[in-house]
Amino acid sequence: MATIVVEHISKSYTNDKKTQIGISDLSFTVNKGEIFGLIGPDGAGKTTLIRILTTLLLADSGTASVDGNDVVKDYKAIRNNIGYMPGRFSLYQDLSVEENLNFFATAFKTTVEENYELIKDIYVQIEPFKTRRAGKLSGGMKQKLALCCALVHKPSVLFLDEPTTGVDAISRREFWDMLKRLKTQGITILVSTPYMDEANLCDRIALIQGGKILVIDSPEEIKHNYKHALWAIKTEDMFKSLIDLRTFNSTLSCFSFGDVHHLSVKDNITTKEDILNFLKEKGHTEIDVQPISANIEDCFMELMTKTNTSNTLVNA
Amino acid sequence: MPELVLEIDKLTKQFEDFVAADAVTFTVSKGEIFGFLGANGAGKTTVMRMLCGLSMPTSGSAKVAGFDIYNQTEEIKKHIGYMSQKFCLYEDLTVKENITLYGGIYGLSSAHIKEKMEKLLKELSLTEDANKLVRGLPLGWKQKLAFSIAIFHEPKIVFLDEPTGGVDPITRRQFWEMIYETSRKGITVFATTHYMDEAEYCNRVAIMVDGKIEAMDSPDGLKKTYNGKTMDEVFYVVARKAKRQAD
Repeated sequence: MATIVVEHISKSYTNDKKTQIGISDLSFTVNKGEIFGLIGPDGAGKTTLIRILTTLLLADSGTASVDGNDVVKDYKAIRNNIGYMPGRFSLYQDLSVEENLNFFATAFKTTVEENYELIKDIYVQIEPFKTRRAGKLSGGMKQKLALCCALVHKPSVLFLDEPTTGVDAISRREFWDMLKRLKTQGITILVSTPYMDEANLCDRIALIQGGKILVIDSPEEIKHNYKHALWAIKTEDMFKSLIDLRTFNSTLSCFSFGDVHHLSVKDNITTKEDILNFLKEKGHTEIDVQPISANIEDCFMELMTKTNTSNTLVNA
Repeated sequence: MPELVLEIDKLTKQFEDFVAADAVTFTVSKGEIFGFLGANGAGKTTVMRMLCGLSMPTSGSAKVAGFDIYNQTEEIKKHIGYMSQKFCLYEDLTVKENITLYGGIYGLSSAHIKEKMEKLLKELSLTEDANKLVRGLPLGWKQKLAFSIAIFHEPKIVFLDEPTGGVDPITRRQFWEMIYETSRKGITVFATTHYMDEAEYCNRVAIMVDGKIEAMDSPDGLKKTYNGKTMDEVFYVVARKAKRQAD
């Protein structure tokens, strides 16, 4: 059963008398109990979409519902039943941890005790600082408090707008562990992130760029559907080999991926030997060429080049 | 012996009873790409601020581009470039005006600015957009422009504080290619990032934990020492030792 239904939603903004597309004709559904990821860079339209679904912004056209409630007609019902963690820290900085939590519980006509089981795991981590003002917390603790406040009324759906942006790799991992535990409690989670590696932690994802959805599927399916042959390549001089590989006849694209380059080729007849020979001719040493399967970033880059919704310079 | 652009010895910064940076010691050579990693609150920003001449150390010594961080902070500011996550571009000035403004701040002559600007605009394919407000540029272009401006006065070293947050994967890689080119011209690059794959692009990486440098080596060296397949694994092993939580 679909908990979130989005049908042909569009929204544009006027900026300096020019109309800019925020999001354009988006449609998808999120199933009950699913962790659904909106994955894309800044400006892709992630926040716009979340604000429409949380009834904070009206779409220009299209319809959407959360738990069967229409985002326009039934906005009050939606507000009572969802939890929302905006991208920017929005708790009361001059209230303490405890006061913030009590405030949000009261606003939703409940108590912290009533749903304590749900937030317990997270709250115990910030409990030692419960008398500290929210404004004086570290980034990681603010994030945990914000999540507690979004959960205190036991929402059926949780909207998280870039909860891990600017957060270090360890806190990011801990945060995703918390989300997995919430999922087991039956809460549907829609989460946005610019970090492609977090895609693998979602049940299904929408890759989004320039206000359009590039693809919607499970991360496994998206990776499985990558069409081109892909090679991981290492050489002694990595920068030179990157530039050289882009002049190779069969090259579709070549990008750095940490300690290797990912080379995607146009055809399926290019062999490992062809690549090795090309690099040797160019004077490269310590060459290693291995066939690999695509990760989410490979897929995103291929899709954004193909659909050309990109607002960046794609000349590589 | 390569020319050293950063020489840091037991650099310490204490705020009352909190030691934000604790006897930090390392050197960075000319043209090197040096990655500076650490969890939130590990002390990265504190060290960067001292190296940029914006904050006085409690003890220890450091030279940046040959200048002393106690009594030559003004010289340091002239010989370094800096780019933060927020880019420091003026949104309501045009591309050209931003370049002219920063060129002027760094004391370049009008003729020099004009000549360099033409070349830069061509390199960035921004010639046609040169008279447009920066506000209207896509994020990726702003980022490249901000970086180009940070090295416009040809500093010895450029500090990049999480420069690639929120951009798409292609732009992120193009940005690192600009960093490579910059280091090949002999400009040292000192960068912080939360993307562990980007740590792989650095010649050497330091990982800060609780105010101290806990590990420092080439990415390959760190992976061997900590028995990790990726820098993400290395970072997890090293940074997990942190006892304190702060920002």
